[in-house]
Amino acid sequence: MRDQNQAAAVLGVEGVSVALSGRQILDDVSFTVGPGEFTGLIGPNGAGKTTLLRVILGLQRAARGTVTVQGQPGSRRSAVGYVPQKVLLDPDMPIRARDLVALGADGTRYGIRLPSRQRAQAVREMLHAVDAERFADARVGYLSGGEQQRVLIAQALISRPRLLLLDEPLANLDLRSGQEIIGLLARLAREQQIAVLLSAHELNPLLPVMDRVVYLAAGRAASGPTGEVITSEVLSRLYGYHIEVLHAAGRILVVAGDAADEAAAPALPAGTG
Amino acid sequence: MHQLYTAVFEPGFFGSAQVHTAVAIGGLVAIVSAVTGVFTVMRGQSFGGHALGDVSAAGGAGALLIGLSPVAGFVGLGIVGAGVMDMIGVRRLRGRDLATGIVLGTAIGLSALFLHFTTTTSATTGAIQQVLFGSIFVTTSGTLLAVAILGAVALASIAAVCRPLLLSTVSPEIAAARGVPVRRIGLLYMLALAVSVGLSSLAIGAILSTALLIGPAAAALRLTTRVARALIVACVLGVLAVGLGVLLAYDSYYWGSSHLGLPVSFFVVAIVFATYLASGLPAAWAGARRRQLRAGPSAGRDKIAGQAPHEPSAAA
Repeated sequence: MRDQNQAAAVLGVEGVSVALSGRQILDDVSFTVGPGEFTGLIGPNGAGKTTLLRVILGLQRAARGTVTVQGQPGSRRSAVGYVPQKVLLDPDMPIRARDLVALGADGTRYGIRLPSRQRAQAVREMLHAVDAERFADARVGYLSGGEQQRVLIAQALISRPRLLLLDEPLANLDLRSGQEIIGLLARLAREQQIAVLLSAHELNPLLPVMDRVVYLAAGRAASGPTGEVITSEVLSRLYGYHIEVLHAAGRILVVAGDAADEAAAPALPAGTG
Repeated sequence: MHQLYTAVFEPGFFGSAQVHTAVAIGGLVAIVSAVTGVFTVMRGQSFGGHALGDVSAAGGAGALLIGLSPVAGFVGLGIVGAGVMDMIGVRRLRGRDLATGIVLGTAIGLSALFLHFTTTTSATTGAIQQVLFGSIFVTTSGTLLAVAILGAVALASIAAVCRPLLLSTVSPEIAAARGVPVRRIGLLYMLALAVSVGLSSLAIGAILSTALLIGPAAAALRLTTRVARALIVACVLGVLAVGLGVLLAYDSYYWGSSHLGLPVSFFVVAIVFATYLASGLPAAWAGARRRQLRAGPSAGRDKIAGQAPHEPSAAA
C-alpha cells in the first residue's frame, strides 16, 4: 500500500545496475522505502548489500538507474544518516561517546569548534534517545560492540535525517545486544518517523520489527512484505535454482531445494536461525 | 641557594643570544610537532611521519650542497615527498605502507649521495652533523622568522580542517557519506605534516624529528580523554622537553674538563622518551588498583581494562 505512493517515499531506488571491474554486482535493483518504515536488506555475503548502500549514499556511481531521496534525485547528504559496518574505534583515540555524537552534528564544518550550549544539549538528547547516557564520558574504544553501535546510531541521527542506513550492524554483536539494537531502531523508526534500511545476512532476528524486506541474491533484488518475498517461488527465481522456504517455530528457514543443487548451492542466509 | 641556581643554569645561559634563538626555534617546532603529532598518532601514520623526516634530510643535504637556504631544502623536499606518498598509495592501508617504505628508502639514498658530495668537495664535515642532529644552536634570526611563518601556516591548515580531519580519522566511510572530501583533507594534513617534520628536522635533526613528533603526542593521548586536551598537553610536554634539552646541552659544556658539550637532540629525545614511559604510569596504577578491588568480593562491571571491543559473534 505504502509503496504505491511514490511521491511520499523517503527512498526510491529505480533500476540500479553496478558493475565493478567487469563483474556485475547489482542488476536492475528497484524498491522504495516509506517514511518510518523498517526495511531489512537481506542477502548472503557478496550479494551486493554494501554496494547498494554505497550507491544510495552517493559513494558509488551506478552504471544505470536512479536513486531519489525524498523525491529528489541524487543522494541528499543531510537527509541520510549512515552507520558503516567497520568502524575501528581504537582504545587509544581520546574520543568519548559524547564527542563522537558531536562530530555527527558538526564534523563536516571547517574551522575550530567553539563551545555551544545548543550543541551540547542536542548531544545529550541524542544520547538519551539511544540510551547511552551511562557511558557518555567513556572512550568509545573501550565500549562493547553493542554500546558502540548505540553511539554510532546517535552520531548518525543527530543531523535529523529522514532515512537511516545501517550496514550489517548486527555482524559483531552477541544475540542479546543485537536484539536490543533492533528494538532501539524499531522504536526510533516508529516514534521519530525515521525510515530504517538495515542490511543483514540473517533474516530471523528482524522478523518481529520488519515492515518490508529487500532480498538481494546474485545482484538481483525482490522487495515487498516479508510474507510475499520470502517464498520458495520468489527466492528460486532470484537465486536461479530451487529454494525451499520452511516455517518452523515462528522462524523462517531458507534452504536449497533439490539434492542435486545442494552441492553447488552457496550457504544461504536466514537458513539456520 | 645561589650555588644550586648556578649548578642548574650555568653562567651566561640567559644572556646568550644563541640560547634565546635555540629556545624560540625549539619551542615553535615543539608546538607544531605536538599538534600535527596528535593527529599522526591517531591516524596511525607515525611511519609516514618518520619517512618524511628522511625526505627532509635529503632536502637539507641537497640544500647544503648547492648552497640553498636549509629551510627551503628541509621543508621543500618534504612537501614533495608528501605529495609522492599521497600519489602512490592512497587506495589502501597496505598501499600507504608500501608508498612510505619506497619514499623512505629513496630519500635515505639521496641523503647519502648529497652528503657524500658535500663532505668530499667542500670538506665541511659539519654537514652530516647538521642534517642528522639539527642546528638549533647555529640558526640565524632569519631562519627563525621562516620557521615561525611556516609553522603558523601548518597550524592554521590543521585548525581549518580539524573537525573533518577528525571525522575522517574516526571513520573515512562516515566522513565520505557526509560529504567530507576525505582524500583532499588527508593530503592537506600530509602537507602540514611535511612542513612540521621539515622544521623539526632543521632544528633537532632528521633522525630525531620523529621523537618530537610522536613522543609528546603519544604521551598526551595516554593522559587525556579529549582531543583538545591532548593537543594542549602534547604542546606543553614538547615545549618542556625542548627547553630542558637546550638547558642540559648548554650545561653539558661545563661538565667534565673536555668542554665539548653534548648535542641538544640527545637530551630532547631522552626527555621525550622518559615522559612517554611516565605517561603509562597512571593507567598502570589504575589497573593495579582494579585488580586489587577485583580480588575482593565483587567483580563489578569492569570491561574498561583494554578489552577488545568486538566480542565474538554468536549470531549464527
